Amino acid sequence: MAQISLQNLRKIYPNGFEAVQPTNFDIADGEFVVLVGPSGCGKSTLLRMVAGLEDITEGSLSINGRQVNNVDPADRDIAMVFQNYALYPHMTVRKNIGYGLKNRKTAPAEIEAKVQEAAKMLNLVEYLDRKPSQLSGGQRQRVAMGRAVVRDPALFLFDEPLSNLDAKLRHQMRIEIKSLQRRLGVTSIYVTHDQVEAMTMADRIIVLNGGQIEQIGTPAEIYHAPASTFVASFMGAPPMNLVEGRLDTGQVMIGDGIALGNAEGTGPVTVGIRPEDVELNDQGSLMFTVDLVEELGAHRLLHGRLAGQPFTVHVGKEVVVGAGDAAVNIKPDSIRLFDVETGAAR
Amino acid sequence: MTDISQDPHATPARRIKWGRVLDHAILIVGSLFMLIPLLVVLQTTTTTDIETIKNGPELLIGTQFDDNFMKAMFKASGFSGENTGTSMLINSMILGLGFALGKIVIGMMAAYALVYFRLRFATFAFWLIFTTLLLPLEVRILPSYEIAQKLSLLNTYTGLIVPLIASATATFFFRQYFRSVPEELVEAARIDGAGPVKFFIDILVPLSQTMIAAMFIIMFVFGWNQYLWPTMVTTEEGMYTLVRGIKQLTQDLEGTNIPEYGRANMLALIAILPPVAVVIFFQSWFVKGLTESDK
Ligand SMILES: Nc1ncnc2c1ncn2[C@@H]1O[C@H](COP(=O)(O)OP(=O)(O)OP(=O)(O)O)[C@@H](O)[C@H]1O
Ligand SMILES: [Mg+2]
Repeated sequence: MAQISLQNLRKIYPNGFEAVQPTNFDIADGEFVVLVGPSGCGKSTLLRMVAGLEDITEGSLSINGRQVNNVDPADRDIAMVFQNYALYPHMTVRKNIGYGLKNRKTAPAEIEAKVQEAAKMLNLVEYLDRKPSQLSGGQRQRVAMGRAVVRDPALFLFDEPLSNLDAKLRHQMRIEIKSLQRRLGVTSIYVTHDQVEAMTMADRIIVLNGGQIEQIGTPAEIYHAPASTFVASFMGAPPMNLVEGRLDTGQVMIGDGIALGNAEGTGPVTVGIRPEDVELNDQGSLMFTVDLVEELGAHRLLHGRLAGQPFTVHVGKEVVVGAGDAAVNIKPDSIRLFDVETGAAR
Repeated sequence: MTDISQDPHATPARRIKWGRVLDHAILIVGSLFMLIPLLVVLQTTTTTDIETIKNGPELLIGTQFDDNFMKAMFKASGFSGENTGTSMLINSMILGLGFALGKIVIGMMAAYALVYFRLRFATFAFWLIFTTLLLPLEVRILPSYEIAQKLSLLNTYTGLIVPLIASATATFFFRQYFRSVPEELVEAARIDGAGPVKFFIDILVPLSQTMIAAMFIIMFVFGWNQYLWPTMVTTEEGMYTLVRGIKQLTQDLEGTNIPEYGRANMLALIAILPPVAVVIFFQSWFVKGLTESDK
């Protein structure tokens, strides 16, 4: 098992592009950390630097206190699961899983025992003699997991391992990977651009944007107290409502003087409200205009306008509404304020 | 109305598709064009040489097949008595195999270096290799001969094969193929602790099976049919290859002896068989590899 420490880790590609700005964070032993962010924000670059597949331009990377900047990937005691699985197409599942052990001069009997154990854990026993081309996507994914698990590494690295699966399988594998990681207690870094994966799997989430860390925190912290408008709109589906407002005489105002709550300060401000923090209430003080109802079975999303600005409200399935005006209330203490210019939380 | 629709099935069957007839006619003429010389060769191997001289090619199948076969395989034509059909067949086999395998091994290794290692000037090196396509053996035959001679490689298998095996073609095809192998496979292997040699042998070579098979077909036939270079570097009759040895027999025809049509044609037939066998065998393998589509 392992603690990981990144100090001012930075990546500049040979073409001069700075894909990862100096980055600092530590990962505790056995922790499951998810790196999340939009496409091209540098998640894979960061992960690949940890794996040793990409040179580190600056800074220091340590695993268990040992600086590994210049250590070969094979000697970092890590295992990686790739988005396209990267299984060796000409080898059987058994050989695929055992290849890393074989290269490390493990005795054949021991390899077989470990492969069997991993296969049992991942329900792959009956497929051991098949080639990857004879497996379904989910099974291939499991073989890739098996290849990682069998070596009993200090650190698991995942680069969008589920993005090639259909929604249902993705959901199932999400749970499997998470529970496997729990059981084995292996420190893990998991890259995804899917905020649902991040929320459901992570012990801690690191939100990246443009090669820079926006926020580090538990899923609850990230969700309830986003550090910036970027995090607020990236995490959560539907995202947090962001409306233009202003601070005036200790009040948060939007539109033509509609007060949402109390706050110190003056001047313009961006007001963030989660869609589920709004409730329909006949005595409500705010007027919300519903344009469109999105039916999702377990709940409904009402898309419309609040004080002339786009706004979404999340209601339970028992609430029946049509297009038109509805009075709403905002739950107390659920308003987040962000700086208009920098987007940072205030 | 009933008149017209009387026999709805007959109409399309009876209609002759002239385009298709033409296609087939072209194919049939083409294959006859290829086959008839072969059949003539086959016919002359079954009759005595005297008969062939008297009557020319006939439709008749004679009884001399065995006799001609024995002569072709086991009778020497030169002075030393070493260039029997058997020894020439073995020499040709060594040349064909050595040529094909040598080209594949060299080409793969060169492509491996070009694709997977951060060489300076890798692209330049590749184009340099590529331009050697403009310099086939025929162009550089004198210097090549001189080098072979100075290294005392004349009349050796090394001299027969090595100067021919540097291959821009194989390098090019393997380079293109390696570039299509997913990057992640290399990375997964690195993490799995496979060094450059292991990656090459455990992963790249098995993945390239179909490419190797294709190259083998082409290169074996190419090597087998080499004529100019073997003629230059082999002067000892024990080193003659089939293609060159047959030429020797036809030279005899210009003498005063009765020309040995049966024997020469039999050797020609024998010379055709191994390339045909290689093509047939590897073709099925090649197709299998393509359809199983591992990658
Ligand atoms: N070899 C390279 N040379 C130059 N720039 C690169 C290279 N590889 C990636 N980049 C750039 O670095 C940035 C980060 O790339 P990276 O692959 O880390 O993104 P990502 O967050 O993993 O995105 P995705 O979710 O699409 O996988 C991108 O803008 C990309 O264009
Ligand atoms: Mg990526």
